[in-house]
Amino acid sequence: MKNLSPALRLRAGLMLAAGLLLAGPMSLAQAQLSEESLAVLAGMAPGAAAPADNQFVHIPPTLEDLEASNLNPELKKVILRGYDLFTNTQQVRERYSLNDMNCDSCHMGAGRLPFSSPVWPAAVILPNYRPKNDQVNNIEERIAGCFSFSMNGEPPAYGSDDMLALSAYHQWLAKGVPVYQPGGSMYGRGFGKLADSAEKPDYHRGKATYEAKCSICHGEDGSGLKARGEVVFPPLWGDYSYNWGAGITRLFTLAGFVKHNMPIGQPNTLTDQEAWDLAQYIDAQERPQDPRYTGDVRETRELYGESFHKHTLYGLEVEGRLLGDHDNVGANKDFLKPEALRSRTFN
Amino acid sequence: MTYPSIRQAALSLCLLASAVTLNATAQTEPDLLKGQADAALCGACHQADGSGMNIPNADSWPRLAGMNADYMVQQLLDFKSGKRQNVSMQPFAQMLNEQQIINVSAWFASLPAPVLTANTDSFTAEQLARGKQLASTGDWNNYIVPCSTCHGPDNLGAGSVFPAIAGQHFGYIRDQLQNWQQDKRDNDPQQLMAAIAKRMTSDDIQAVAAWLSTQPGAVAPQQTP
Repeated sequence: MKNLSPALRLRAGLMLAAGLLLAGPMSLAQAQLSEESLAVLAGMAPGAAAPADNQFVHIPPTLEDLEASNLNPELKKVILRGYDLFTNTQQVRERYSLNDMNCDSCHMGAGRLPFSSPVWPAAVILPNYRPKNDQVNNIEERIAGCFSFSMNGEPPAYGSDDMLALSAYHQWLAKGVPVYQPGGSMYGRGFGKLADSAEKPDYHRGKATYEAKCSICHGEDGSGLKARGEVVFPPLWGDYSYNWGAGITRLFTLAGFVKHNMPIGQPNTLTDQEAWDLAQYIDAQERPQDPRYTGDVRETRELYGESFHKHTLYGLEVEGRLLGDHDNVGANKDFLKPEALRSRTFN
Repeated sequence: MTYPSIRQAALSLCLLASAVTLNATAQTEPDLLKGQADAALCGACHQADGSGMNIPNADSWPRLAGMNADYMVQQLLDFKSGKRQNVSMQPFAQMLNEQQIINVSAWFASLPAPVLTANTDSFTAEQLARGKQLASTGDWNNYIVPCSTCHGPDNLGAGSVFPAIAGQHFGYIRDQLQNWQQDKRDNDPQQLMAAIAKRMTSDDIQAVAAWLSTQPGAVAPQQTP
């Protein structure tokens, strides 16, 4: 190595070190990533921007890595149960998930993919303060949020077997990431924010794009597709879809999801404008009531405006309809707000 | 001599047009018996029971029994128009009119799917394991979406666009994936299949074709005690 410049020597040394680590999961700053890891990352997010120099990169372990690991066999079983619940949440339909969604309907690739809101960050940045409910949440409460809003359901009880399995799966995906690794620097966290569109997002352009590029799977009426009674493609609106309190009702969240994940198998192929227009169209459709509903949609919008609804169309008039102005809590549901969504203060 | 007024002429044209439309609607109802008769044409390759055939290291003809009727109609129309290219299928598709295509598709759709088309002994354990992975959990590190994401539970098909691929012949699945990879087949909506096929290695294609060919082509009938 004596002929190499100090910088190259450092790089070669780091690559050697990286090569000595497990071949699969990686948690390193971008400058330390091996060519192999960069290639894996590019494979996981085709067409996405590569990590910037200052970003923290983590490639979550796979099921094969789990099998090869030396974790306690009992723990492996729990993590596998978490994976199974995550990728087939419909098995607990009518208990926890009252709509037609699975966790991986939105967190694609079993929650591992960059820009598909990978779930490992939750395991290392929580407990933390969350503006959405204005209090400190732990991982179980965060998962309960998903069940209450995105799945329009009743979360598994805190400390229950299923909750343990799901949180263990999250933590396993975060293997090797430092606890409280600052969230803002994580590569591919969330769905990725798009720059503002050149033209104002347009409902009618969104409808045209939807019918050309989305309806083949999700249906012209947004009801998704089932086969032999099982959900194949999730509904995007209506009684069996996410409710008005789900994060993805925020236009920037849906636009980021669409751009970086849709159509299936073709991430980063739509233009930013198409993604914004689609979000405008899809998130202007009716869906089950926000569990935080006070009985008055405009009041509810105002109450959760700053932390949430300023990014949604809830409580606004679109195409002559006041969105969310109804008492429909969705299919299979006979309550508005699950008891798990409780508040706490340390005053 | 009197001439019909323009108004009368327009009216009769409208009546004629609606009669034609009504007639066309009536004709698109499948006629299974006629379909069965026309299916004689297909039996030489696809077999009378629609189970198709797979000759190791040679040709492979897909099973049609129990496949979605609308999917088969679309494929036949695409063979007929040349949108889907196949030297053996094109002349046969051209012999059928639209009504015959509907009839013959309905006939094969009505036949029971074969339970198993291939024996696991023909493939290595490694191949089958990789094939199972691609079919049911995918390989997201290479953005290979699991087959079942679109082809439905147990890969037995979803709607009229995503056909059953479980219980399909090895050679047929392999050849189709290769065709998509090489742009020799492009009648999939929005290149949904092509995008995935292009991320697969030759070994991946062999593996997934192997696994799917060993899987049941239909939901097992309920056992009655």
